[in-house]
Amino acid sequence: MTLSSSPPPLELPPERISAFARARSLWQSAGMLALYVLLFIACSLLFPNFLSWYNMGSLAQLIIIVGIVSCGMLFCLAAADFDLSVGSVAAFSGIVAVVVVNHTNSVALGILGGLAAGAAVGLVNGFVVAALGINALIATLATMQIVRGLAYIASHNTSIGAIDTGGRFHILFGKAVLLHVPTPVWLMIGCFIVCGFLFHSTTFGRNTLAIGGNIEAARLAGVATARTKILVFTLQGTLAGLAGIVGASQSGLGDPHASIGLELQVIAACVLGGVSLTGGIGTILAVIAGTLIMGTVQNAMDLNGVDTNKQYLVSGGILLAAVLFDKLKQKWT
Amino acid sequence: MPDAPHNLRFHSISKSFPGVRALADVSFDVAGGSVHALMGENGAGKSTLLKVLSGVYRPDTGELLIDGQPAAFGSTSAALAAGVSVIYQELHLVPELSVAENLFLGHMHAAGGVVRFPAMRAAARALLSSLGESISPRAKISSLPIAQRQMVEIAKALTRNARVIAFDEPTSSLSDREVDRLFAVINRLRHEGRVILYVTHRMDEVYRLCDAATVLRDGRHVQTFPSLKGVPPGDLVARMVGRSIADVFRYTPRPHASNPNAIDVKDISGKGVHTPASFSVARGEILGIFGLVGAGRSELLKILFGATPARSGQIFIHGKPVHITSPRSAIRNGLVLCPEDRKKEGIIPIRSVMENLNISGRRHFSPLGFLINPARERQNADTFVKKLAVKTPSLKQLISNLSGGNQQKVILARWLSENIRVILLDEPTRGIDIGAKSEIYSIIYNLASQGIGVVAVSSELPEVMGISDRVLVMRQGALVADIPRNSPDFTPQNLLQHALPVAIHAIQGAA
Repeated sequence: MTLSSSPPPLELPPERISAFARARSLWQSAGMLALYVLLFIACSLLFPNFLSWYNMGSLAQLIIIVGIVSCGMLFCLAAADFDLSVGSVAAFSGIVAVVVVNHTNSVALGILGGLAAGAAVGLVNGFVVAALGINALIATLATMQIVRGLAYIASHNTSIGAIDTGGRFHILFGKAVLLHVPTPVWLMIGCFIVCGFLFHSTTFGRNTLAIGGNIEAARLAGVATARTKILVFTLQGTLAGLAGIVGASQSGLGDPHASIGLELQVIAACVLGGVSLTGGIGTILAVIAGTLIMGTVQNAMDLNGVDTNKQYLVSGGILLAAVLFDKLKQKWT
Repeated sequence: MPDAPHNLRFHSISKSFPGVRALADVSFDVAGGSVHALMGENGAGKSTLLKVLSGVYRPDTGELLIDGQPAAFGSTSAALAAGVSVIYQELHLVPELSVAENLFLGHMHAAGGVVRFPAMRAAARALLSSLGESISPRAKISSLPIAQRQMVEIAKALTRNARVIAFDEPTSSLSDREVDRLFAVINRLRHEGRVILYVTHRMDEVYRLCDAATVLRDGRHVQTFPSLKGVPPGDLVARMVGRSIADVFRYTPRPHASNPNAIDVKDISGKGVHTPASFSVARGEILGIFGLVGAGRSELLKILFGATPARSGQIFIHGKPVHITSPRSAIRNGLVLCPEDRKKEGIIPIRSVMENLNISGRRHFSPLGFLINPARERQNADTFVKKLAVKTPSLKQLISNLSGGNQQKVILARWLSENIRVILLDEPTRGIDIGAKSEIYSIIYNLASQGIGVVAVSSELPEVMGISDRVLVMRQGALVADIPRNSPDFTPQNLLQHALPVAIHAIQGAA
């Protein structure tokens, strides 16, 4: 062996990725979306009134709120955290938006107010989790209660109607249509695109995944872990606020009882799509697929007149199946 | 025990995992009544072979023959029933159950489902005392020291009347006296005619205990020595690594005496570093830090890197004072750390090689500072994977699927993507096999010859002496000696003497 300052030359094995590995990676990135296409085709064939413009509208209504909030939950779950406060934040932001609209007669200010309220709660969540080191489950369980309480107090425990001139707040996301598609659907698509870009094409998204994969290694690699986590929760709060505004606009009401249980629907949608509960794994496609599957199953049940009470059984069953699926997938890979 | 010794034959065993050929056509015989060493670097296939033996893996081809009878195991219980016991480094005992219950786990003395404790305890006591142990059968496993747990594991094999017993590096956490007792027990098992496979890295143990040896490399059978008499250790090592041990370090002096300092550390103290520490490293110099476990070496590096807060002191890099408050600020000042515990602190296991490599350096080529440029990411990763000869099937491979040495190369590549002035290496070759070690050393020399100041902490004396231009010794949270390579004091005895708290005679006894 000669003395040399560079490592001995080694033959690099060629890029040999087996067909199996290729199939696996394809399955992981788009498998659930393919599954959804199958589900969609099956529903179209089985239920005659499923594939209609009217029913697509109902389906969209079912998934808008969950879809918007899921975008933020993707970041939380990828960082190996949760946010249980999103349902409360949505209700609170909706009330704030309506109250501001009623006081100022300005829809823009109302939206800004609702978003600010959501962002503020998210910031607090992030600070408590990242800077004070409290477990996210506990921290956001606490803010979930606190913010729901704030919603009751701010609304005096009743729904507040939006009373701006011309009912513009109600029209904005409740009735308005752009290119034959309701405005909130565009909004949801916009969230998917923006959050997908943030998640996959920025250092913020990459660092979020790194934190979920191994927070100590990420810190020692120079990732600003606390700042990134605070940003993640603030984003989640803002999106929950946005979802709340959409909800309030659709009903024309700031309702303190709105979005109860939303957090679990959202987490279930993410996990169903393939976002890992243990952090470090997730894609925006998974979130889209999960949201669509959840919504379509519910829509199919509605169409067939399945009793609302029984729908809970199905939703719970799907959640269980999703978690099992996540576990199996981890075992397999 | 029957008088005729048992025997074991591996017959053209092959085992593949996706992308890896772990064992390729391995055949050799192991005679009973002797201790047979199984040797090879990490990744040579020893663990896989043991797992085939214990029924964890089913071989793709080939078979095992015990006493001439084919034994095809589909499960660990089938292997146990056939008389094969493997004693792993991490013992397979139930910590909250008693010794007796563990010994007879799966075949307890029972009548109609009710455990007959007195009979079981008596049997346990008899068995343990035959091994020269006086462990109480009632003791909980969790209350026993490691050495005694190991004896329980051996006794457990005997309750199964094991014909084949394999040990996987059994002495790694034992004291010298405990090793003596273990070897006495193994000798007894040998005289009973059992087949004993003994996996170890330690050459002294091979010569002390073993009669025969088989060397594996890259999943292939290299050579079986039916007798070790007259076989020099160098031959075994050469078979293991495919080169001789003198080539491992390949130290060459680099002129650095007249270089300005890369880093000056003044009176740094903090958690684990009780006495303020001061030292300097010249550009291009490799400074070793030696000390026993708990001497504060890793703690010192973590304080310098900003990973734990400093209580006092100041750091100058290239002569300028720097204020380091976090790893992030250290990196921005050109000071980086390769941590000791790669799994916990170095890699992000569920992310790809490319992602692990670019996590820090991408800030230099990300548009607007936060956008990902996939082409540049791939290019940067590809450059360093080629430069450092990282063995990976693709850049998208999960880093956890790589060997320890290749993971370490990815961490080094992570820092090479930065503009570094000082690199801190904490146990740079821990858990890395000899072949990859010398590659890591080459990378370290290369860094130094580029004018980077290198600080390497190691608890392996040959390593710290093999690669350093100068060695600092740490003892109980303080720097206690500074010995240049060309000094007459640069001897193993002297370094150890400084590292040990007291009891100098103990070292001389050991040396």
